[in-house]
Amino acid sequence: MYILAIDTSNQALGVALVKDNEIVGELVTNIAKNHSVRLMPAIEHLMKEVDVKPEELSKVVVAKGPGSYTGVRIGLTTAKTLAWSLGIPVVGVSSLEVLAYRAKLSNNLICPFFDARRGLVYTGLYENNHEKLVLVKEERNTLFADWLDKLSALSKPIVFLSPDIQKNKEIITEKLGSNAVIPEMTYHIPKPSDLALAAQDKEIDETHMLTPNYLRLAEAEANWLKTQKDMQNG
Amino acid sequence: MMKDTYILGIETSCDETAVAIVKNGREIISNVVASQIESHKRFGGVVPEIASRHHVEQITLVLEEAIAESKLDWDDIDAISVTEGPGLVGALLIGVNAAKALAFAKSKPLVGVHHIAGHIYANRLEEEFQFPLLALIVSGGHTELVLMKEHGSYEVIGETRDDAAGEAYDKVARMLNLPYPGGPHIDRLAAEGEVTIDFPRAWLEDDSFDFSFSGLKSAVINKIHNAKQKGIELKQEDIAASFQASVIDVLATKTVKAAKQHNVKQVIVAGGVAANRGLRAELEAKFSETDIPLLIPPLKLCTDNAAMIAAAGTINFEQGKRSGMDLNANPSLILR
Ligand SMILES: [Zn+2]
Repeated sequence: MYILAIDTSNQALGVALVKDNEIVGELVTNIAKNHSVRLMPAIEHLMKEVDVKPEELSKVVVAKGPGSYTGVRIGLTTAKTLAWSLGIPVVGVSSLEVLAYRAKLSNNLICPFFDARRGLVYTGLYENNHEKLVLVKEERNTLFADWLDKLSALSKPIVFLSPDIQKNKEIITEKLGSNAVIPEMTYHIPKPSDLALAAQDKEIDETHMLTPNYLRLAEAEANWLKTQKDMQNG
Repeated sequence: MMKDTYILGIETSCDETAVAIVKNGREIISNVVASQIESHKRFGGVVPEIASRHHVEQITLVLEEAIAESKLDWDDIDAISVTEGPGLVGALLIGVNAAKALAFAKSKPLVGVHHIAGHIYANRLEEEFQFPLLALIVSGGHTELVLMKEHGSYEVIGETRDDAAGEAYDKVARMLNLPYPGGPHIDRLAAEGEVTIDFPRAWLEDDSFDFSFSGLKSAVINKIHNAKQKGIELKQEDIAASFQASVIDVLATKTVKAAKQHNVKQVIVAGGVAANRGLRAELEAKFSETDIPLLIPPLKLCTDNAAMIAAAGTINFEQGKRSGMDLNANPSLILR
């Protein structure tokens, strides 16, 4: 039986099929094109190529964000509907954790991040602890400069991973100096096979209850909560 | 004997997550609608990002309920139909992607449906169509007169050049400090008031079936402002009645004229504003003077639902229209 992994949470679109700890197939593109149009054809293509039928799937794994709100929802809707209609479990994995897997071999701290515009990033801090990636600083939506100050204070080497690494290289080395470890380009794109791997020891999500990991309230909701608070405080 | 056709429909174009199953395009087997209206009320209108968030939370639940309610097996379902547009793009995307996943998992044909075709076909769940027919579609996003000469063929013979009728309702309702959605509140107030203000009616060119409501909207706003400045107290009920009279007069008059000109056998009213009592009464009065039958669906089929998408999808399916796995949401899809 096969595990289908889906990641449309950021610019890269990734689909993988994994069977008994073996990657059967993997498809990744890293272009700014419509995930909604391309996701199902990608799944269809990959499954056809390796001759796997929908009924042969035993689990669906999905990157649940953070990232593009729309991208995250496209992946989640597809994964949830596939899982529900095939009667198989679904597991959601943080998109930051998936990206952190690219540096799992490192003994350093790992900082994956996605650009969230206006100087903000979605990020967290991971570490390889006895062959397992663990979250050592919780995921957040924060000003990148502030976050880098916090990381700099740790005075430890940190691996930075991001599809947006190019435009952020300068500020990272400026703040962390020689503690900034920035690998080559092949490490900065999340891989859907890592996603399948990351889901291995995770508990199954209740299909209906699986929701995106936005890390941020919708703007209208944040404003609404603020006015409610202001009203309470008079 | 012909085999029965069962089509599953999915609708997520605005703030309702809906799934339904329809038999032979005419009989509702199950019809589930999860409304988000309570969530959007606090914002005074539908917030697209919030709508998308709710859809992704609801979609599999609503699917499950619709299948359970139908007591059908997947083998019975002939195709998956879904609203591909128009609507809010982020909201549409949830339905489209769910439909594609479903069609793929269950190896069913996928059929994209135009939201307005759905509103028109809501009527076929009540009564069989007679062609040619004329459909008046009035909702928050649409004011259109559509001529149909046969199933699945749509000719827009009139449309709004600015605001949709429902939009004008919502804006006037906001001016009157009525809660969202404002349409039903204006309708209720109008029934209690009197037409004391002669608001403008945009007839446009003599031979045009197009509409325009932005002038009327501005006239109402100006009237309220001027009265306030002069310290004149205007009765809310009378403003509502006068505004509604102007909207309804134009809608009903143009619909009757178009129906006569095109010799239609039926007139259909569709869309959320079709629930408006004032509009229903005026259309019924005007068409009772003709021999053209007027069809207005029951209230729950006027507002967004998926049974109407499955009903319209049945025609597309029967006519061999199919969508591919690359189907996308199209917020400005054209009806044709
Ligand atoms: Zn509608």
